[in-house]
Amino acid sequence: MDKRGYFSGFGGCFIPEILTQTFEELVQAYEAAKADPGFWQEYLDVMSTYSCRPTPLTFAGNLTNHFGGARIYIKREDLNHTGAHKANNVMGQGLLVKRMGKTRVIAETGAGQHGVATATMAARMGFDCTIYMGEEDVERQRPNVFWMERLGATVVSVRDGSRTLKDAINEAFRDWVSNMDTTHYVLGTACGPHPFPEMVAWFQSIIGTEARKQILEREGRLPRRVYACVGGGSNAMGLFSGFMDDPVELVGVEAGGKGLDSGLHAARLSSRDASIGVAQGYKTYFLQDGDGQMRDTHSISAGLDYVGVSPILAHLQAIGRARFEAATDAEVLEAVTLTMRKEGLIPALESSHAFAQAFKEAPTLAKDDIVIINQSGRGDKDIFTVADAFDDPAWKAFIQHKAEQYHA
Amino acid sequence: MLETTIRNKLAQKDILLMTHIVIGYPNLDTSFEVVRTMVEAGVDLMELQIPFSEPMADGSVILKANQDALATGITVDQCFDFAQQVARDYQIPFLFMTYYNILFKYGVEAFAERMAECGLCGAIVPDLPPEEADEYLAAMNRHGLAPIFIFAPNTGETRMRQIAAHGSGFIYCMARKGVTGLQTDFSQQLGGHLAHCRAATELPLALGFGVKDHDDVQFIKGKADIAVVGSEAIRVLDSQGVAAVGDLIRSLR
Ligand SMILES: Cc1ncc(COP(=O)(O)O)c(C=O)c1O
Repeated sequence: MDKRGYFSGFGGCFIPEILTQTFEELVQAYEAAKADPGFWQEYLDVMSTYSCRPTPLTFAGNLTNHFGGARIYIKREDLNHTGAHKANNVMGQGLLVKRMGKTRVIAETGAGQHGVATATMAARMGFDCTIYMGEEDVERQRPNVFWMERLGATVVSVRDGSRTLKDAINEAFRDWVSNMDTTHYVLGTACGPHPFPEMVAWFQSIIGTEARKQILEREGRLPRRVYACVGGGSNAMGLFSGFMDDPVELVGVEAGGKGLDSGLHAARLSSRDASIGVAQGYKTYFLQDGDGQMRDTHSISAGLDYVGVSPILAHLQAIGRARFEAATDAEVLEAVTLTMRKEGLIPALESSHAFAQAFKEAPTLAKDDIVIINQSGRGDKDIFTVADAFDDPAWKAFIQHKAEQYHA
Repeated sequence: MLETTIRNKLAQKDILLMTHIVIGYPNLDTSFEVVRTMVEAGVDLMELQIPFSEPMADGSVILKANQDALATGITVDQCFDFAQQVARDYQIPFLFMTYYNILFKYGVEAFAERMAECGLCGAIVPDLPPEEADEYLAAMNRHGLAPIFIFAPNTGETRMRQIAAHGSGFIYCMARKGVTGLQTDFSQQLGGHLAHCRAATELPLALGFGVKDHDDVQFIKGKADIAVVGSEAIRVLDSQGVAAVGDLIRSLR
């Protein structure tokens, strides 16, 4: 009986006995896939024909001029099928599910991006699909709920606990311990019990591998810093893994919510409010009280509104390889507005955290420095949240008009 | 120690009853009442669950009880005080059931030390597999406490033997897959599973998950040593009150 999946003491595999066999099978399937070059080739084929890989690396000339510092590049994960990096992980796990011979997939989702991606994968590969989503997230990411259901998935609104991502994860585990013979749990981020953090990071490494190659082709040199938002940590792990062995600073940006002093945030690595704990099957920093009860978190973005964080990112912080910062809701709205107006890009509110931090730092860097921001997803799903934040009168009038039509 | 107590009781009864409560649900006063009622109705052992915000292995009934108890503001400290009081008042073995983060945050060694001081006999921690349990096992051992491990319906024989080598007191056998509180089919297949469990360990066997009435307990007699009643007691408490919980317990054997 060995300990597995530890990174500087973070990670591990804290699962109930009923899942032991399932995890043994999963670890085996994952390790066999990693050892098989044919698997990665099949994965690349799917990602280049079904999704939009390689995704472009866009030079943001107007933002660069605006800040007058580092040259700003944007890695366009929003151009994946379903509009986020989540597709990378989902299609990879889908191929594994086929190899394992299972017929049903379940997933948690916060922003709904991982849920939509899983629903498309299930439709294409012929799996039954159930998605667990916190009630609060169902409310704030309603367009994605609509698409999941249209794609044939069952969406279960989770009313327990804080009604956000962590509660959806608990509920997915409760489903899994009943149905693991037929069902694979497509965990959406680089968290949870081993092998999920490592496996999800592996599928997402496609982001960093491409970005490194692209920047060398374009500029002939490496970036000074790379920025990614951090919910569970999968898009950050994806981008960072391309530059792990390079002299490149890795910057993860968490949800600062209403400010790190407000208690209303989801900053686990960049605030003093988190402490090490064990929950949801792994050991990492959690936002919890002195008794070990998880706290409510807050973020304007559903996808970053989570109590834990990837054990691999906790490790990168512990060894000084990555730096973690936080961006507030207000800074994020400012960043998304500026990015739309200057570049015509619509980053998701999650991704906009990375933009906000890069914007704080770009002016302080030299003109020949390069930074890469990971645009992990597109902002279309945030239409209601952004409209509310700006109190958009035309949009409100439209919704009222639409509601009247439904009443008629 | 716990094993000896269980064996002595088994010399007099053909099946023991273990019940479960969530400490502080719906409030501490009622929890005291429920323990008193259960002990007077003849239960042989009790699991006291320290509420946790993420009870991953529990189904809707116990999940809700955890959340409602936490909403009253109950703390781990109060749970220890509660356990100390009932262990002093009643002469049956009491165990803690909770999730690992509660021990981890308290400090595993300090947690075990205080358990012993409070007169508890052991603990069930469903999200702590033996692979991750070195520190816990050492602390429990040091303080003479029984770490109770779980056999699942899909646990193979080799693994059962490995698990049993780490456990003491008894082994908790799950009657089926899934979370607590769902329907269980007390079938021949379950009988076969219990025979495998029996062959893999010398420790007494408890059977839980879905045990709810006299027939279920009759089924378990001769196949396991302890019948565990969890969610059903909470359901009865919710719908009919404390006295009815006593009636439920008395009807089981
Ligand atoms: C667009 C987008 N970016 C980022 C995240 C955060 O997840 P992670 O930290 O795993 O990349 C999400 C999660 O829902 C998302 O939808």
